[in-house]
Amino acid sequence: MPYYPDAMEYITIKNNGSVPIVSIPELNYDTFYQLNTGLVVDHPERHCVNYFGFRSGKGIRLICCIADDNTQDIHISSCVVSPDRPLEAFTSQVLSFERFEREIHENFGIPFRNHPWLKPVRFPFNRADRSKTIANYPFFTMESDELHEVGVGPIHAGVIEPGHFRFICNGEQILHLEIQLGFQHRGVEDMFLKKEKLLQRVVLAENIAGDTVAGHTTAFSQVWETLSGMEVSEDIHYCRTLALELERMAIHTGDLSALCTDVAYQLGSAVFGRLRTPLINFVQEWGGNRLGKGLIRPGRNPFPFTDELATRLKEVLKNYEPDFEEMSHMLFRLPSALSRFERTGVVSYEDVLSIGAVGMAARMSGLNRDIRSSHPSLLYGRFDHQPVIKHHGDVYSRAQIRRNEIRQSMHYLRKLIKKVPAAIPAAPLPSSLLPGMLALSLVEGWRGEICHCGITDSRGELMHYKVKDPSFHNWMALALSVRNNEISDFPICNKSFNLSYCGHDL
Amino acid sequence: MLNNLKILFHQGKQFIPDVTTARVPGIFRGRPVISTEPVNEEELAELCPTGAIEVSPVSIDLGKCTFCGECARVFPMKVRFTRDYKLSTNIRERLIIREGEDHPVEVDSATVRKEIRQVLGKSLKLRQVSAAGDNSAEWEMNAANNVQFDMSRFGIEFVASPRHADGVVITGPISENMAEPLQICYDAIPEPKIVVVAGTDAISGGIFDGSPALKREFLSLYPADLYIPGNPPHPLTIINGLLDLTRKKG
Repeated sequence: MPYYPDAMEYITIKNNGSVPIVSIPELNYDTFYQLNTGLVVDHPERHCVNYFGFRSGKGIRLICCIADDNTQDIHISSCVVSPDRPLEAFTSQVLSFERFEREIHENFGIPFRNHPWLKPVRFPFNRADRSKTIANYPFFTMESDELHEVGVGPIHAGVIEPGHFRFICNGEQILHLEIQLGFQHRGVEDMFLKKEKLLQRVVLAENIAGDTVAGHTTAFSQVWETLSGMEVSEDIHYCRTLALELERMAIHTGDLSALCTDVAYQLGSAVFGRLRTPLINFVQEWGGNRLGKGLIRPGRNPFPFTDELATRLKEVLKNYEPDFEEMSHMLFRLPSALSRFERTGVVSYEDVLSIGAVGMAARMSGLNRDIRSSHPSLLYGRFDHQPVIKHHGDVYSRAQIRRNEIRQSMHYLRKLIKKVPAAIPAAPLPSSLLPGMLALSLVEGWRGEICHCGITDSRGELMHYKVKDPSFHNWMALALSVRNNEISDFPICNKSFNLSYCGHDL
Repeated sequence: MLNNLKILFHQGKQFIPDVTTARVPGIFRGRPVISTEPVNEEELAELCPTGAIEVSPVSIDLGKCTFCGECARVFPMKVRFTRDYKLSTNIRERLIIREGEDHPVEVDSATVRKEIRQVLGKSLKLRQVSAAGDNSAEWEMNAANNVQFDMSRFGIEFVASPRHADGVVITGPISENMAEPLQICYDAIPEPKIVVVAGTDAISGGIFDGSPALKREFLSLYPADLYIPGNPPHPLTIINGLLDLTRKKG
């Protein structure tokens, strides 16, 4: 029987909104379970943006946040549970809760019933069971004389982050891939509480994932501004929007280069690779760091955008565009490249929906998930943003999304620099945060939806901080994409997702 | 074919002819210079997110500095970040910039192990290990090998197998979960081998210093042959550091 949620069972906020922690309904677990699974089942427009727990008194308080893309609402509900009592897993109804529940199990030891496999997520230093270590991860295995296993990593051939990939193959064909993560765990969420100065916390946010500096720093800044009850001026929104779109353009360009590298197309690799440089050099001209570290700060605008910078950016884009278009024109018509891209690494609409994929990993298969249009903040409301959607879910779709999003970002940047808002002198920063609040921010980084969530205690100190990188959802999409592909196509599949290890491991 | 040539022609000349004298565009937070101007030193030191600033005399430790630039923003008369990207050295002490000093950070040739220049002076193959790096230093290392910076013209390259490598380049603050893979990788590299730590996170732990998720004993067992500061280090900082370590005269 379908479950009709009662509006009293959750509280609704908008993106970058906050709510007093006492006003979040505290349900019994059965109702909590019915509500949250019921909200998502058969509703592709809704998905879980964050589900986490923190210690509260003798129990664990679970907080579940479900975003509705049609209404721009985020429904928040909670439940206090004891760490030893077995609970029915949401995953038994909705697969996309799978990793959230593994994480809660790993952190607090809550034994979920009817969860397919409560595998470790990242072996955090404060895990409930210290006897589980990264060296003895429980891999899925198949007993057969016909099959063999291939282990890759944690250290990979290239200069990239560590993670272990375990393939089960039948000859050259991949039957199953399991991705073991956690090597990058630095205790980020815990450090947000230990480092008490605002500057320390924002530097921490910049270092969550060095390739998504604008994304994570914007999310952190918005959470902090909401928690301190601060309204920021338009020029700050302006600079953050510019930074996010520049980041998207630069990384997508680099990714197109990497895709060419992996099909041994040297010209594309070199040209897209070099085209990224003027973009990130421009970010350095603006803020002193090629990756945008130092550019975004909560409550203020350390590097106001000027008319001179606008002229420079115009020039950068003017030089970029013809070379980019010429190279794209060539690549997207080159049979030898297309034959490697097309129908390689396919993930179906049903699969991306069931695993809760976000960002490019959702849009590649026809699932419209883009915070810029579904929960817009900053200046995205001005653009009437239409997400780039593809339907084949293959490497080619992911390459096309990048090409089209580069064009889209270029268009937005040009629109933005037509009129540079005057920098408003910064108001003094509030010295304390509002007590007993929960604030949540969603930002569409270049990979997809970033969600930061901060909770303050009764004295206005940060007592819990939760970070969710889009990779948290999307690693499963990579694992599914390589099934029945040749193992030699793994690198191109991996590159076409380009997921974050450190953003996942935190 | 003709179209390929056309594309090639349209790229113009991309490579940087001399990576030792190239200028970085716009503003860049490279080597800081600290004036002798009297300021409230406690307040200055208190600003720093990573405790890189010491007082009387004022100094900035580039091994801890995240190059956020806050000190220069609040005390512009006291601290100024120059565009000097040559920051690498083999001596940890040299990363500490003191007030009133304005000289380059350099490799001390006298203390570089002899075999490094004898054996690795003309060809250096490195195995990079990201030990909880945030993918920014890794990014810049890949950039160091793109068509603009083209580090491989000097015979310096990253290789896949530690068996083919002459040393390890560590990025990231070294998580507990990466400590063992790093050790295994290091053990697999044949002698003579070097240890390079790149990026503030790797040199001191950076903003993650004090996190219980780290395990940094590796660095006390194997002293670094080269420190490359930055958050992340600029490709020119990386290339110049490696060149100075392996082949600088004098």
